[in-house]
Amino acid sequence: MPALALEDVRVTFVSPDGARYTAIRDTTLRVEPGEFVSVVGPTGCGKSTLLNVAAGLLQPSAGAASVFGERLSGLNRKAGYLFQSEALMPWRTALQNVTVGLEFRDADPRQAAAQAEEWLRRVGLGGFGGRYPHQLSGGMRKRVALAQALILDPEIILMDEPFAALDIQTRHLMENELLELWSANRKSVVFITHDLEEAISLSDRVVVMSAGPESHPIGEFAIDLPRPRDVAEIRLAPRFIELHGLIWAAMKQEVLKSYARQRQ
Amino acid sequence: MPAKGNRTLRIWQLGLFAGLMLAWYVLTSPTLLPPLYFDDPNKAAFFFGEPLKVMWRIWDWFSSGFIYPHLWVTLLETALAFVIGTVLGLVVGLWLALSATASALLDPYLKAVNAMPRVILAPIFAMWFGLDMASKVALGVTLVFFIVFFNVYQGVREVSVTVLANARMLGASNRQLLRHVYVPSAMSWVFASLHNSVGLAFVGAVVGEYLGSSRGVGYLILQAEGTFDFNAVVAGILVLTAFALLLDGAVSLAERRLLVWQPRSGETEKI
Repeated sequence: MPALALEDVRVTFVSPDGARYTAIRDTTLRVEPGEFVSVVGPTGCGKSTLLNVAAGLLQPSAGAASVFGERLSGLNRKAGYLFQSEALMPWRTALQNVTVGLEFRDADPRQAAAQAEEWLRRVGLGGFGGRYPHQLSGGMRKRVALAQALILDPEIILMDEPFAALDIQTRHLMENELLELWSANRKSVVFITHDLEEAISLSDRVVVMSAGPESHPIGEFAIDLPRPRDVAEIRLAPRFIELHGLIWAAMKQEVLKSYARQRQ
Repeated sequence: MPAKGNRTLRIWQLGLFAGLMLAWYVLTSPTLLPPLYFDDPNKAAFFFGEPLKVMWRIWDWFSSGFIYPHLWVTLLETALAFVIGTVLGLVVGLWLALSATASALLDPYLKAVNAMPRVILAPIFAMWFGLDMASKVALGVTLVFFIVFFNVYQGVREVSVTVLANARMLGASNRQLLRHVYVPSAMSWVFASLHNSVGLAFVGAVVGEYLGSSRGVGYLILQAEGTFDFNAVVAGILVLTAFALLLDGAVSLAERRLLVWQPRSGETEKI
Protein backbone atom coordinates (compact mmCIF):
# COMPACT_ATOMS: atom_id res chain seq x y z
CA MET A 1 0.00 0.00 0.00
CA PRO A 2 1.53 3.35 -0.99
CA ALA A 3 2.23 5.84 1.75
CA LEU A 4 0.86 8.60 -0.43
CA ALA A 5 -1.26 8.28 -3.53
CA LEU A 6 -2.66 10.98 -5.76
CA GLU A 7 -5.21 9.60 -8.22
CA ASP A 8 -6.21 11.53 -11.34
CA VAL A 9 -5.83 14.81 -9.55
CA ARG A 10 -6.92 17.97 -11.29
CA VAL A 11 -6.67 21.46 -9.77
CA THR A 12 -8.46 24.39 -11.38
CA PHE A 13 -8.23 27.81 -9.76
CA VAL A 14 -11.08 30.25 -10.28
CA SER A 15 -10.21 33.89 -9.74
CA PRO A 16 -12.84 36.38 -8.49
CA ASP A 17 -13.37 37.74 -12.02
CA GLY A 18 -14.28 34.27 -13.23
CA ALA A 19 -11.04 33.44 -15.02
CA ARG A 20 -10.11 29.76 -14.74
CA TYR A 21 -6.64 28.38 -14.56
CA THR A 22 -5.94 24.67 -14.53
CA ALA A 23 -2.60 24.17 -12.84
CA ILE A 24 -2.45 20.37 -13.01
CA ARG A 25 -4.57 17.66 -14.61
CA ASP A 26 -4.64 13.86 -14.80
CA THR A 27 -1.88 13.53 -12.28
CA THR A 28 -1.35 10.21 -10.62
CA LEU A 29 1.56 9.81 -8.24
CA ARG A 30 2.24 6.97 -5.82
CA VAL A 31 4.95 7.03 -3.22
CA GLU A 32 5.85 3.85 -1.36
CA PRO A 33 6.80 3.82 2.31
CA GLY A 34 10.45 4.73 2.64
CA GLU A 35 10.72 5.91 -0.95
CA PHE A 36 12.39 9.17 -1.97
CA VAL A 37 10.60 10.63 -4.98
CA SER A 38 11.52 13.87 -6.69
CA VAL A 39 9.18 15.82 -8.92
CA VAL A 40 10.94 18.00 -11.47
CA GLY A 41 9.59 20.33 -14.10
CA PRO A 42 10.01 23.80 -15.51
CA THR A 43 9.05 26.77 -13.36
CA GLY A 44 5.34 27.39 -13.13
CA CYS A 45 4.38 23.78 -13.83
CA GLY A 46 2.27 23.38 -10.70
CA LYS A 47 4.73 21.37 -8.64
CA SER A 48 3.87 23.29 -5.49
CA THR A 49 0.17 22.85 -6.23
CA LEU A 50 0.74 19.11 -6.34
CA LEU A 51 2.48 19.20 -2.99
CA ASN A 52 -0.25 21.32 -1.41
CA VAL A 53 -2.80 18.73 -2.50
CA ALA A 54 -0.68 16.02 -0.88
CA ALA A 55 -0.48 18.11 2.30
CA GLY A 56 -4.22 18.66 2.36
CA LEU A 57 -3.73 22.43 2.22
CA LEU A 58 -5.51 22.47 -1.14
CA GLN A 59 -8.60 20.50 -2.16
CA PRO A 60 -8.31 19.07 -5.68
CA SER A 61 -11.05 19.97 -8.16
CA ALA A 62 -11.20 16.33 -9.23
CA GLY A 63 -9.50 13.14 -8.18
CA ALA A 64 -8.37 12.28 -4.69
CA ALA A 65 -5.40 11.96 -2.42
CA SER A 66 -5.03 9.08 -0.02
CA VAL A 67 -2.58 8.42 2.78
CA PHE A 68 -1.81 4.79 3.63
CA GLY A 69 -4.97 3.79 1.82
CA GLU A 70 -7.14 6.27 3.67
CA ARG A 71 -8.77 9.02 1.68
CA LEU A 72 -7.44 12.42 2.66
CA SER A 73 -9.94 14.98 3.90
CA GLY A 74 -8.61 18.08 5.57
CA LEU A 75 -4.95 18.36 6.48
CA ASN A 76 -2.58 15.46 6.02
CA ARG A 77 -1.74 14.66 9.65
CA LYS A 78 0.91 12.12 8.67
CA ALA A 79 2.96 14.62 6.69
CA GLY A 80 5.63 17.15 7.55
CA TYR A 81 6.05 20.05 5.14
CA LEU A 82 9.19 21.98 4.34
CA PHE A 83 8.26 25.22 2.64
CA GLN A 84 10.16 27.05 -0.02
CA SER A 85 9.86 30.44 1.66
CA GLU A 86 10.44 31.43 5.29
CA ALA A 87 8.04 29.52 7.51
CA LEU A 88 9.61 29.89 10.96
CA MET A 89 7.83 32.04 13.51
CA PRO A 90 10.06 35.10 13.80
CA TRP A 91 8.97 35.75 17.41
CA ARG A 92 10.21 32.37 18.61
CA THR A 93 13.80 31.33 19.12
CA ALA A 94 15.22 28.44 17.12
CA LEU A 95 14.56 26.08 20.03
CA GLN A 96 11.01 27.34 20.53
CA ASN A 97 10.40 26.94 16.82
CA VAL A 98 11.49 23.32 16.97
CA THR A 99 9.31 22.57 20.02
CA VAL A 100 6.21 24.26 18.63
CA GLY A 101 4.76 21.11 17.03
CA LEU A 102 5.12 19.21 20.30
CA GLU A 103 3.56 22.15 22.12
CA PHE A 104 0.56 21.94 19.81
CA ARG A 105 0.26 18.30 20.89
CA ASP A 106 0.38 19.31 24.57
CA ALA A 107 3.66 17.53 25.20
CA ASP A 108 5.53 18.04 28.46
CA PRO A 109 7.48 21.29 27.93
CA ARG A 110 10.70 20.03 29.52
CA GLN A 111 10.76 16.83 27.50
CA ALA A 112 9.93 18.80 24.37
CA ALA A 113 12.85 21.15 25.00
CA ALA A 114 15.26 18.26 25.55
CA GLN A 115 14.07 16.59 22.37
CA ALA A 116 14.41 19.84 20.44
CA GLU A 117 17.96 20.34 21.72
CA GLU A 118 18.77 16.87 20.41
CA TRP A 119 17.26 17.69 17.01
CA LEU A 120 19.10 20.99 16.79
CA ARG A 121 22.32 19.09 17.43
CA ARG A 122 21.39 16.59 14.75
CA VAL A 123 20.98 19.34 12.15
CA GLY A 124 24.26 20.93 13.27
CA LEU A 125 22.81 23.78 15.32
CA GLY A 126 23.62 22.71 18.88
CA GLY A 127 24.12 25.86 20.93
CA PHE A 128 22.08 28.04 18.57
CA GLY A 129 18.74 27.31 20.24
CA GLY A 130 18.50 30.76 21.83
CA ARG A 131 18.78 32.67 18.59
CA TYR A 132 15.90 34.24 16.76
CA PRO A 133 15.41 33.45 13.06
CA HIS A 134 16.65 36.88 11.97
CA GLN A 135 19.92 36.17 13.77
CA LEU A 136 20.50 33.03 11.70
CA SER A 137 21.68 32.69 8.11
CA GLY A 138 19.41 31.31 5.39
CA GLY A 139 20.98 27.86 5.59
CA MET A 140 20.61 27.74 9.36
CA ARG A 141 16.98 28.75 9.14
CA LYS A 142 16.39 25.86 6.74
CA ARG A 143 17.99 23.50 9.24
CA VAL A 144 15.72 24.78 11.99
CA ALA A 145 12.73 24.25 9.68
CA LEU A 146 13.96 20.73 8.97
CA ALA A 147 14.27 19.95 12.70
CA GLN A 148 10.87 21.57 13.27
CA ALA A 149 9.22 19.19 10.81
CA LEU A 150 11.19 16.04 11.63
CA ILE A 151 10.83 16.22 15.42
CA LEU A 152 7.20 15.17 14.93
CA ASP A 153 8.44 12.04 13.17
CA PRO A 154 6.08 12.32 10.17
CA GLU A 155 5.56 9.25 7.97
CA ILE A 156 5.66 11.43 4.87
CA ILE A 157 7.93 14.41 4.29
CA LEU A 158 6.88 16.95 1.68
CA MET A 159 9.60 19.32 0.53
CA ASP A 160 8.99 22.26 -1.77
CA GLU A 161 12.30 23.39 -3.23
CA PRO A 162 13.57 23.76 0.32
CA PHE A 163 17.13 24.56 -0.69
CA ALA A 164 16.41 26.77 -3.71
CA ALA A 165 17.43 29.96 -1.92
CA LEU A 166 20.77 28.62 -0.69
CA ASP A 167 24.18 29.02 -2.25
CA ILE A 168 25.57 25.94 -3.95
CA GLN A 169 28.00 24.81 -1.21
CA THR A 170 25.46 25.19 1.59
CA ARG A 171 23.04 23.40 -0.62
CA HIS A 172 25.30 20.38 -1.10
CA LEU A 173 25.88 20.25 2.65
CA MET A 174 22.17 20.40 3.36
CA GLU A 175 21.41 17.74 0.73
CA ASN A 176 23.96 15.40 2.27
CA GLU A 177 22.57 16.03 5.73
CA LEU A 178 19.08 15.38 4.46
CA LEU A 179 20.16 12.06 2.94
CA GLU A 180 21.88 11.10 6.18
CA LEU A 181 18.81 11.90 8.28
CA TRP A 182 16.56 10.15 5.81
CA SER A 183 18.64 6.96 5.60
CA ALA A 184 18.77 6.71 9.40
CA ASN A 185 14.99 6.54 9.56
CA ARG A 186 13.48 5.94 6.15
CA LYS A 187 10.30 7.86 5.55
CA SER A 188 8.51 8.63 2.33
CA VAL A 189 9.73 11.83 0.78
CA VAL A 190 8.23 13.92 -2.00
CA PHE A 191 10.86 16.41 -3.05
CA ILE A 192 9.92 19.21 -5.43
CA THR A 193 12.67 20.90 -7.38
CA HIS A 194 13.40 22.46 -10.73
CA ASP A 195 17.00 21.32 -10.44
CA LEU A 196 17.43 18.00 -12.23
CA GLU A 197 20.84 17.28 -10.71
CA GLU A 198 19.49 17.75 -7.22
CA ALA A 199 16.58 15.43 -8.05
CA ILE A 200 18.79 12.65 -9.40
CA SER A 201 21.39 12.81 -6.66
CA LEU A 202 18.79 12.54 -3.87
CA SER A 203 16.04 10.27 -5.18
CA ASP A 204 14.97 6.71 -5.79
CA ARG A 205 12.65 7.89 -8.51
CA VAL A 206 12.27 11.09 -10.54
CA VAL A 207 8.93 12.19 -11.98
CA VAL A 208 9.00 14.77 -14.77
CA MET A 209 6.10 17.19 -15.13
CA SER A 210 5.12 18.97 -18.33
CA ALA A 211 5.09 22.75 -18.63
CA GLY A 212 2.01 24.47 -17.20
CA PRO A 213 -0.82 25.21 -17.45
CA GLU A 214 -2.54 21.82 -17.35
CA SER A 215 0.67 20.28 -16.21
CA HIS A 216 0.83 16.50 -15.88
CA PRO A 217 3.53 13.84 -15.46
CA ILE A 218 5.24 12.93 -18.71
CA GLY A 219 7.88 10.53 -17.52
CA GLU A 220 9.16 8.50 -14.61
CA PHE A 221 12.72 7.36 -14.08
CA ALA A 222 14.08 4.95 -11.48
CA ILE A 223 17.42 6.12 -10.16
CA ASP A 224 19.54 3.04 -9.60
CA LEU A 225 22.58 4.81 -8.20
CA PRO A 226 24.09 3.10 -5.14
CA ARG A 227 23.57 4.50 -1.67
CA PRO A 228 24.93 6.02 0.48
CA ARG A 229 25.62 8.87 -1.89
CA ASP A 230 27.58 12.06 -1.66
CA VAL A 231 25.60 14.57 -3.68
CA ALA A 232 28.63 16.51 -4.83
CA GLU A 233 30.62 13.45 -5.89
CA ILE A 234 27.87 11.37 -7.43
CA ARG A 235 27.39 14.01 -10.11
CA LEU A 236 30.59 12.76 -11.69
CA ALA A 237 29.54 9.09 -11.85
CA PRO A 238 29.00 7.79 -15.42
CA ARG A 239 25.57 6.37 -14.53
CA PHE A 240 24.54 9.77 -13.17
CA ILE A 241 25.51 11.45 -16.41
CA GLU A 242 23.67 8.80 -18.38
CA LEU A 243 20.49 9.26 -16.30
CA HIS A 244 20.83 12.99 -16.53
CA GLY A 245 20.97 12.81 -20.33
CA LEU A 246 17.96 10.54 -20.40
CA ILE A 247 15.76 12.66 -18.16
CA TRP A 248 16.92 15.92 -19.67
CA ALA A 249 15.87 14.68 -23.10
CA ALA A 250 12.36 14.23 -21.73
CA MET A 251 12.39 17.56 -19.91
CA LYS A 252 13.99 19.78 -22.53
CA GLN A 253 10.91 20.32 -24.70
CA GLU A 254 8.89 21.29 -21.62
CA VAL A 255 11.49 23.74 -20.39
CA LEU A 256 11.59 25.38 -23.81
CA LYS A 257 7.80 25.54 -23.91
CA SER A 258 7.67 27.16 -20.50
CA TYR A 259 10.38 29.60 -21.50
CA ALA A 260 8.57 30.55 -24.71
CA ARG A 261 5.35 31.09 -22.75
CA GLN A 262 7.07 33.38 -20.29
CA ARG A 263 8.55 35.47 -23.10
CA GLN A 264 5.19 36.15 -24.66
CA MET B 1 33.83 58.98 16.63
CA PRO B 2 30.20 58.23 17.56
CA ALA B 3 30.90 58.56 21.31
CA LYS B 4 32.70 61.84 20.91
CA GLY B 5 30.16 63.12 18.39
CA ASN B 6 27.41 62.18 20.82
CA ARG B 7 28.99 64.18 23.60
CA THR B 8 29.47 67.25 21.45
CA LEU B 9 25.85 66.96 20.39
CA ARG B 10 24.72 66.71 24.04
CA ILE B 11 26.72 69.83 24.92
CA TRP B 12 25.14 71.73 22.05
CA GLN B 13 21.68 70.55 23.06
CA LEU B 14 22.23 71.71 26.65
CA GLY B 15 23.69 74.96 25.39
CA LEU B 16 20.64 75.59 23.25
CA PHE B 17 18.42 74.90 26.26
CA ALA B 18 20.39 77.32 28.43
CA GLY B 19 20.28 79.93 25.66
CA LEU B 20 16.52 79.64 25.30
CA MET B 21 16.04 79.91 29.05
CA LEU B 22 18.31 82.91 29.20
CA ALA B 23 16.49 84.64 26.34
CA TRP B 24 13.18 83.92 28.01
CA TYR B 25 14.48 85.32 31.30
CA VAL B 26 15.99 88.46 29.77
CA LEU B 27 13.01 89.22 27.55
CA THR B 28 10.36 88.80 30.27
CA SER B 29 12.13 90.36 33.25
CA PRO B 30 10.43 93.65 34.13
CA THR B 31 13.72 95.28 35.16
CA LEU B 32 16.53 94.03 32.92
CA LEU B 33 15.61 95.53 29.57
CA PRO B 34 13.47 98.50 28.67
CA PRO B 35 10.14 97.29 27.23
CA LEU B 36 10.73 96.34 23.55
CA TYR B 37 7.20 95.77 22.39
CA PHE B 38 4.84 96.29 25.29
CA ASP B 39 4.20 99.74 26.73
CA ASP B 40 4.34 98.47 30.32
CA PRO B 41 7.48 96.65 31.63
CA ASN B 42 5.31 94.10 33.46
CA LYS B 43 3.31 93.06 30.42
CA ALA B 44 5.92 90.70 28.95
CA ALA B 45 6.03 88.83 32.26
CA PHE B 46 2.24 88.75 32.33
CA PHE B 47 1.89 87.22 28.87
CA PHE B 48 4.90 84.89 28.82
CA GLY B 49 5.64 84.12 32.47
CA GLU B 50 9.06 84.33 34.06
CA PRO B 51 11.36 81.30 34.10
CA LEU B 52 12.57 81.73 37.66
CA LYS B 53 9.06 82.06 39.00
CA VAL B 54 8.00 79.05 36.94
CA MET B 55 10.83 76.94 38.37
CA TRP B 56 10.04 78.19 41.85
CA ARG B 57 6.40 77.22 41.34
CA ILE B 58 7.32 73.72 40.23
CA TRP B 59 9.66 73.35 43.19
CA ASP B 60 6.93 74.59 45.50
CA TRP B 61 4.38 72.14 44.05
CA PHE B 62 6.66 69.19 44.56
CA SER B 63 8.16 70.20 47.93
CA SER B 64 4.80 71.01 49.49
CA GLY B 65 3.30 67.83 48.04
CA PHE B 66 0.53 69.90 46.51
CA ILE B 67 0.91 68.41 43.03
CA TYR B 68 1.06 64.70 43.92
CA PRO B 69 -2.68 64.00 44.14
CA HIS B 70 -3.23 65.85 40.85
CA LEU B 71 -0.36 64.09 39.11
CA TRP B 72 -1.51 60.75 40.48
CA VAL B 73 -5.00 61.29 39.07
CA THR B 74 -3.68 62.27 35.64
CA LEU B 75 -1.28 59.34 35.45
CA LEU B 76 -3.89 56.88 36.68
CA GLU B 77 -6.32 58.12 34.03
CA THR B 78 -3.58 57.72 31.42
CA ALA B 79 -2.76 54.20 32.54
CA LEU B 80 -6.41 53.11 32.67
CA ALA B 81 -7.19 54.62 29.27
CA PHE B 82 -4.10 52.96 27.82
CA VAL B 83 -4.83 49.49 29.24
CA ILE B 84 -8.56 49.48 28.49
CA GLY B 85 -8.08 50.98 25.01
CA THR B 86 -5.34 48.50 24.15
CA VAL B 87 -7.28 45.45 25.34
CA LEU B 88 -10.44 46.57 23.51
CA GLY B 89 -8.47 47.37 20.36
CA LEU B 90 -6.75 44.00 20.51
CA VAL B 91 -9.94 42.01 21.00
CA VAL B 92 -12.01 43.90 18.41
CA GLY B 93 -9.10 44.02 15.98
CA LEU B 94 -8.57 40.26 16.18
CA TRP B 95 -12.28 39.60 15.90
CA LEU B 96 -12.81 41.79 12.84
CA ALA B 97 -9.62 40.65 11.11
CA LEU B 98 -10.59 37.00 11.49
CA SER B 99 -14.28 37.37 10.69
CA ALA B 100 -14.87 38.55 7.14
CA THR B 101 -18.60 39.09 7.72
CA ALA B 102 -18.15 41.27 10.80
CA SER B 103 -15.46 43.39 9.18
CA ALA B 104 -17.51 43.88 6.00
CA LEU B 105 -20.53 44.90 8.08
CA LEU B 106 -18.74 47.28 10.44
CA ASP B 107 -16.13 48.74 8.10
CA PRO B 108 -17.96 52.01 7.19
CA TYR B 109 -18.89 52.64 10.83
CA LEU B 110 -15.35 52.18 12.05
CA LYS B 111 -14.09 54.53 9.36
CA ALA B 112 -16.71 57.11 10.35
CA VAL B 113 -15.98 56.91 14.08
CA ASN B 114 -12.27 57.11 13.41
CA ALA B 115 -12.70 60.15 11.18
CA MET B 116 -14.82 61.93 13.78
CA PRO B 117 -12.90 64.51 15.89
CA ARG B 118 -13.31 62.55 19.09
CA VAL B 119 -12.17 65.26 21.48
CA ILE B 120 -15.64 66.70 20.90
CA LEU B 121 -16.95 63.71 22.86
CA ALA B 122 -15.34 64.95 26.08
CA PRO B 123 -18.33 67.06 27.24
CA ILE B 124 -20.69 64.20 26.35
CA PHE B 125 -18.60 61.78 28.38
CA ALA B 126 -18.62 64.29 31.23
CA MET B 127 -22.42 64.19 31.11
CA TRP B 128 -22.52 60.42 30.97
CA PHE B 129 -19.79 59.55 33.42
CA GLY B 130 -19.63 62.66 35.60
CA LEU B 131 -16.70 64.96 36.23
CA ASP B 132 -14.60 62.28 37.90
CA MET B 133 -11.95 60.06 36.37
CA ALA B 134 -14.34 57.87 34.38
CA SER B 135 -15.10 60.51 31.75
CA LYS B 136 -11.37 61.20 31.18
CA VAL B 137 -10.61 57.51 30.90
CA ALA B 138 -13.45 57.15 28.39
CA LEU B 139 -12.02 59.92 26.24
CA GLY B 140 -8.55 58.40 26.37
CA VAL B 141 -9.97 54.98 25.47
CA THR B 142 -11.64 56.33 22.33
CA LEU B 143 -8.29 57.81 21.28
CA VAL B 144 -6.17 54.73 22.09
CA PHE B 145 -8.65 52.16 20.82
CA PHE B 146 -8.45 53.12 17.17
CA ILE B 147 -4.68 53.21 17.01
CA VAL B 148 -4.43 49.74 18.51
CA PHE B 149 -7.39 48.45 16.56
CA PHE B 150 -6.07 49.47 13.15
CA ASN B 151 -2.63 48.13 13.96
CA VAL B 152 -3.95 44.77 15.13
CA TYR B 153 -6.20 44.56 12.09
CA GLN B 154 -3.25 45.26 9.82
CA GLY B 155 -1.03 42.89 11.80
CA VAL B 156 -3.40 39.97 11.43
CA ARG B 157 -3.88 40.67 7.73
CA GLU B 158 -0.13 40.70 7.22
CA VAL B 159 0.55 37.34 8.85
CA SER B 160 2.70 35.42 6.42
CA VAL B 161 0.68 32.79 4.56
CA THR B 162 3.61 30.41 4.81
CA VAL B 163 4.00 30.79 8.58
CA LEU B 164 0.29 30.12 8.91
CA ALA B 165 0.32 27.06 6.64
CA ASN B 166 3.40 25.79 8.45
CA ALA B 167 1.75 26.13 11.86
CA ARG B 168 -1.28 24.24 10.57
CA MET B 169 0.90 21.49 9.13
CA LEU B 170 2.62 21.23 12.52
CA GLY B 171 -0.77 20.50 14.03
CA ALA B 172 -2.05 23.81 15.37
CA SER B 173 -5.77 23.96 16.16
CA ASN B 174 -7.67 27.17 15.43
CA ARG B 175 -7.25 28.28 19.03
CA GLN B 176 -3.53 27.57 18.93
CA LEU B 177 -3.23 29.48 15.65
CA LEU B 178 -4.81 32.47 17.36
CA ARG B 179 -2.53 32.23 20.38
CA HIS B 180 0.72 31.29 18.69
CA VAL B 181 0.49 33.02 15.32
CA TYR B 182 -2.14 35.75 15.09
CA VAL B 183 -1.65 37.35 18.50
CA PRO B 184 2.19 37.48 18.43
CA SER B 185 2.11 38.86 14.93
CA ALA B 186 -0.49 41.46 15.89
CA MET B 187 1.43 42.33 19.06
CA SER B 188 4.44 43.42 17.07
CA TRP B 189 2.23 45.95 15.33
CA VAL B 190 0.72 47.02 18.63
CA PHE B 191 4.17 47.65 20.04
CA ALA B 192 5.08 49.63 16.97
CA SER B 193 2.19 51.94 17.81
CA LEU B 194 2.82 52.03 21.56
CA HIS B 195 4.45 55.45 21.52
CA ASN B 196 1.40 56.88 19.80
CA SER B 197 -1.13 55.19 22.02
CA VAL B 198 0.55 56.08 25.32
CA GLY B 199 0.89 59.67 24.12
CA LEU B 200 -2.78 59.84 23.16
CA ALA B 201 -3.92 58.28 26.44
CA PHE B 202 -2.09 61.15 28.15
CA VAL B 203 -3.68 63.69 25.81
CA GLY B 204 -7.11 62.22 26.55
CA ALA B 205 -6.59 62.52 30.30
CA VAL B 206 -5.30 66.10 30.20
CA VAL B 207 -7.85 67.38 27.69
CA GLY B 208 -10.63 65.74 29.68
CA GLU B 209 -9.44 67.43 32.85
CA TYR B 210 -9.05 70.70 31.08
CA LEU B 211 -12.65 70.61 29.87
CA GLY B 212 -14.13 69.99 33.28
CA SER B 213 -12.88 68.33 36.44
CA SER B 214 -11.93 68.90 40.03
CA ARG B 215 -8.54 67.18 40.09
CA GLY B 216 -5.56 66.53 37.82
CA VAL B 217 -2.80 68.54 36.20
CA GLY B 218 -5.16 69.65 33.41
CA TYR B 219 -7.43 71.06 36.12
CA LEU B 220 -4.50 72.95 37.66
CA ILE B 221 -3.73 74.56 34.33
CA LEU B 222 -7.35 75.50 33.85
CA GLN B 223 -7.47 77.08 37.32
CA ALA B 224 -4.29 79.04 36.68
CA GLU B 225 -5.66 80.33 33.38
CA GLY B 226 -8.81 81.44 35.17
CA THR B 227 -6.75 83.70 37.41
CA PHE B 228 -4.33 84.81 34.64
CA ASP B 229 -1.49 83.17 36.57
CA PHE B 230 0.69 82.50 33.56
CA ASN B 231 3.62 81.19 35.60
CA ALA B 232 1.46 78.37 36.94
CA VAL B 233 0.18 77.58 33.43
CA VAL B 234 3.72 77.21 32.13
CA ALA B 235 4.73 75.22 35.22
CA GLY B 236 1.83 72.83 34.59
CA ILE B 237 2.79 72.47 30.94
CA LEU B 238 6.41 71.74 31.88
CA VAL B 239 5.38 69.09 34.42
CA LEU B 240 3.14 67.45 31.82
CA THR B 241 5.92 67.52 29.23
CA ALA B 242 8.40 65.97 31.64
CA PHE B 243 6.01 63.14 32.47
CA ALA B 244 5.14 62.60 28.81
CA LEU B 245 8.85 62.17 28.15
CA LEU B 246 9.14 59.76 31.08
CA LEU B 247 6.24 57.68 29.78
CA ASP B 248 7.79 57.63 26.33
CA GLY B 249 11.08 56.45 27.81
CA ALA B 250 9.30 53.68 29.70
CA VAL B 251 7.67 52.58 26.44
CA SER B 252 11.03 52.49 24.66
CA LEU B 253 12.38 50.32 27.46
CA ALA B 254 9.43 47.92 27.31
CA GLU B 255 9.73 47.79 23.53
CA ARG B 256 13.38 46.85 23.65
CA ARG B 257 12.69 44.06 26.11
CA LEU B 258 9.62 42.63 24.41
CA LEU B 259 10.61 42.86 20.77
CA VAL B 260 14.03 41.23 20.95
CA TRP B 261 13.03 38.97 18.09
CA GLN B 262 12.75 41.81 15.62
CA PRO B 263 15.79 42.78 13.61
CA ARG B 264 16.85 46.35 14.24
CA SER B 265 18.30 48.44 11.48
CA GLY B 266 22.05 48.31 11.42
CA GLU B 267 22.10 45.00 13.22
CA THR B 268 24.26 42.60 11.25
CA GLU B 269 25.02 39.89 13.75
CA LYS B 270 24.88 36.65 11.82
CA ILE B 271 26.98 33.59 11.90
